[in-house]
Amino acid sequence: MEEFVLIFRRDSITKETQPSPEEMQSSIKLWQDWLGGIAAQDKLARPLQRWDGEGRVVKQNNNVTNGPYVEIKEAIGGLMMIKVANYDEAVEIAKGCPILLWGGNVEIRMAVISEGH
Amino acid sequence: MEDNQLLPHLFRTEYRKIVSVLCYLFGINHIEIAEDIVSDTFLSATELWSIKGIPENPTAWLYTVAKNKTKNYLKRDALFEQKLSVEIKHSAPKAQETELDLSSKNIIDSQLAMIFTVCNPCISNESQVALALNLLCGFGIQEIADGFLTNKEVIYKRINRAKDKLKTEQIKIQQPSPNEIDNRLDTVLTTVYLLFSEGYYSTSQNTILRKDLCAEAMRLCYLLIENSGTNKPAVNALLALMCFHSSRFEARINEIGETILYEDQDESLWNKELINRGEQYLSLSSTGNKISKYHLEAGIAYWHTHKEDTIEKWENILQLYNSLLILEYSSIAALNRTFALAKTKGKAEAILEAEKLNLSDNHFYYSLLGNLYTGIDNEKALEHFQKAFKLANTTADKSIITKNIDKLKVER
Repeated sequence: MEEFVLIFRRDSITKETQPSPEEMQSSIKLWQDWLGGIAAQDKLARPLQRWDGEGRVVKQNNNVTNGPYVEIKEAIGGLMMIKVANYDEAVEIAKGCPILLWGGNVEIRMAVISEGH
Repeated sequence: MEDNQLLPHLFRTEYRKIVSVLCYLFGINHIEIAEDIVSDTFLSATELWSIKGIPENPTAWLYTVAKNKTKNYLKRDALFEQKLSVEIKHSAPKAQETELDLSSKNIIDSQLAMIFTVCNPCISNESQVALALNLLCGFGIQEIADGFLTNKEVIYKRINRAKDKLKTEQIKIQQPSPNEIDNRLDTVLTTVYLLFSEGYYSTSQNTILRKDLCAEAMRLCYLLIENSGTNKPAVNALLALMCFHSSRFEARINEIGETILYEDQDESLWNKELINRGEQYLSLSSTGNKISKYHLEAGIAYWHTHKEDTIEKWENILQLYNSLLILEYSSIAALNRTFALAKTKGKAEAILEAEKLNLSDNHFYYSLLGNLYTGIDNEKALEHFQKAFKLANTTADKSIITKNIDKLKVER
């Protein structure tokens, strides 16, 4: 088993693509069903962690902005760690992620365990 | 109460109180002396009451005799005097003569201190349960052995090893500080729930003993609720959970000790009073911002007190299982979640999810698959039930699977 991080990104600026409150409500169930399905296979590598949506970005010359959204359309909506055999299996799991329904995407990265550790 | 039932009853209710108070006073190194004094007290009661009749206030009589025996013991035993008086004087410097305080406050304090002592993580969970039954619930070694389906020697050794370990580690019998309560309440609740499960899921044929185990677990949990320092949301949630489960005690076993599955239970046998109490504790548990696994399990058990199959019921149960699994994986929760999924989204979708579970050494897994395939592909259903039968260990499990197989054969 390897550990993979799934990073959820979504356009949170363009008004037309934002979910309605009703859609937001029903998306909670979609997320819970998807996460419950992964947990039922014992494939969560770490406890789930929610992240605040606002954020700060620090740049050169101590330039601090509130969140990355001014310049890039795609913001990180969250991330989670899973334990699966390989990229193929991670991809299969990510295909069920509800963020895809809102035009978002899931980036998958495998944890690299360095030699000697 | 009949005269011949009085003493066993008092033994059950008072033995543990006096032992706790004595242990609280004497400290971990002298548990056996505490047990001897209390056993001796009950022996005196047995002898004297049969000759002179039962005193007007039997409990007060026991307390007075226990107090006197303690006093005498302290006076008489020189070695004890040297070893113990120092410790007692240290912990109670003002007392001229050690008086055993059997006030209800000190009894509650002592029992709380003892719960935290017995549930110390330096001893294994199974030892904690055995020791809790022995010291906190007044169960004899034979009863504990019957409950665990093992023999006296095993339990005797287990309890003595646990006591020795607590002594070597010099565990203090004291009131847990708020900090300790935060850090260790989880362990205590785990032990209480294990104790309950031991009674609830035991394959022992002794129904009275099983009920006693459940009742004792609930009593210990209630003790934690009575104490303001430990009256936390998770404790209320655990008591709610145990109330809901035990409300089905009469309905889930038939006259010959066989388990009756939830779906086949006669709901008129469900205990309404326990269901109501469970609802009260569940509502008391919904404070604070932390959701424990007991909250989720109590929620699931609450929905099971509604016999009727509704989408609302199973959708709630599914979401609670989702949250429970996200919080902490267990194979049984994974299987039950898939069952709830079948109830909300249909068997076909549940089969897809079930086949991802990878629990191929678990007979419940094959029973679930057998159940899901029933009506969709009965040949496959039969295969799964047969695999389940091969993997099942107990006669109770095997007989349930056989019933399922027979049902399938009738339908074919």
